[in-house]
Amino acid sequence: MLARRIIPCLDVMDGMVVKGVRFAGHEVVGDGVDLARRYRNEGADELVFYDITASPQNRRVDTNWVGRIACELDIPFTVAGGIRSVEDAAQVLSAGADKVSINSPALQNPQLINDLSLRFGRQCVVVGIDSFWDGQNWLVKALTGDPDKTITTTWKTMDWLTEVQKRGAGEIVLNCMNEDGRRAGYDCQQLSIMRKKCAVPLIASGGAGKAEDFADVFANANVDGALAASVFHKNILTIPTLKTYLRTQNIEVRP
Amino acid sequence: MTLTSPVMIADTGCANLASVRFAFARLGVTTVTSAKPEVLQKADRLVLPGVGSANAGMAALNKYGLAEMLENYERPLLGICLGMQLLLKMSKEGDTPCLGRFDGIAEALPPRAGPVPHMGWNTLGIAKKNALLKGINDGDYAYFVHSYAVKPDANTIAVTNYGMAFSSIIHRDNIYGCQFHPERSGSVGARILQNFLGARP
Repeated sequence: MLARRIIPCLDVMDGMVVKGVRFAGHEVVGDGVDLARRYRNEGADELVFYDITASPQNRRVDTNWVGRIACELDIPFTVAGGIRSVEDAAQVLSAGADKVSINSPALQNPQLINDLSLRFGRQCVVVGIDSFWDGQNWLVKALTGDPDKTITTTWKTMDWLTEVQKRGAGEIVLNCMNEDGRRAGYDCQQLSIMRKKCAVPLIASGGAGKAEDFADVFANANVDGALAASVFHKNILTIPTLKTYLRTQNIEVRP
Repeated sequence: MTLTSPVMIADTGCANLASVRFAFARLGVTTVTSAKPEVLQKADRLVLPGVGSANAGMAALNKYGLAEMLENYERPLLGICLGMQLLLKMSKEGDTPCLGRFDGIAEALPPRAGPVPHMGWNTLGIAKKNALLKGINDGDYAYFVHSYAVKPDANTIAVTNYGMAFSSIIHRDNIYGCQFHPERSGSVGARILQNFLGARP
């Protein structure tokens, strides 16, 4: 049986792992390679390294850092942030990343999804979607790494989710912005609606605060993986504790 | 550079080369990476990595003149993911004729499987005792990323299920194929690569 994936996300700013609440007021939580090593040893199934400053500052992800992570890790990892072209992705993948995740650049140039998928195969291409509930609709936001530059796009989340799959996305990370950093649980309602429209692996992001939140999102939204940051970085929950709990809930996880 | 490395990696321009190289480095083994058939055919052990589509993979092998060398290479050879599928007779992905080192045909995972690509950690069911599986237990998890797979046959030594039973490891003579990524499968994958290093040239 395919196990559900637990995916710590390392938001990186200037080489250090940071975490903000509702995407603002970032605080440093540790060194990236140290945290990568720790999570691998604790049983993380995958890591996401997300350079949240790359897109707003219009610069590319630092590939030296990617290479250091790749040497150390024997589990898969994804790199996000500032990948705007096939050449950018080629650099990140050849440094040792398994997948690239694109978000704002895909909104600015949707053809990038097709180009990456054609060149590297869709299994390498993750599309991150920052979805915000405005009281009436789930809408896609762009450039969320910097609150001053964040914009609301004209895309409804479900339409964009469908569009990116048509263009060759191999996996989708749906970040529910209203919940992000609040540790009050994943948005299972939104995720289960989007799951029905998602034929590729779907990863939940935003809101994890306790072990029950993970059980809830796997059981009720049927997502393939759950991504979380502060709950792990701040030692509120450890991965071994989480996985032991999920097993008691009959949710299959890797030891 | 001397060519005394115990392992060479065929560089077909695909994306997971670095992770394969790093995985052997973690085992204390320096690899030689090359796209030249005249270099690779001297390897004691050869790894054929691969991600992407079968047609692009075969096109790359033909472009570098590697197809003929791989059809005739006699020492231990390990195909990983798409690299394993390229060792088959053909792939239904683009109806691509492949290297023919194994009889099987890669076919699309059925839609009932769930989300495709099949991406994540799934269990290895041991079908046959084999030196490559030394230290590996039935039910150990490995990391998969693929949309095509080959059904189990006489060469299957490990089976995995995702909508259908498929070969997660195949073996014949000196040739091995892993549908998963041992370079990204934690200590289970490291053990399989270590076992491959033990295969006699």
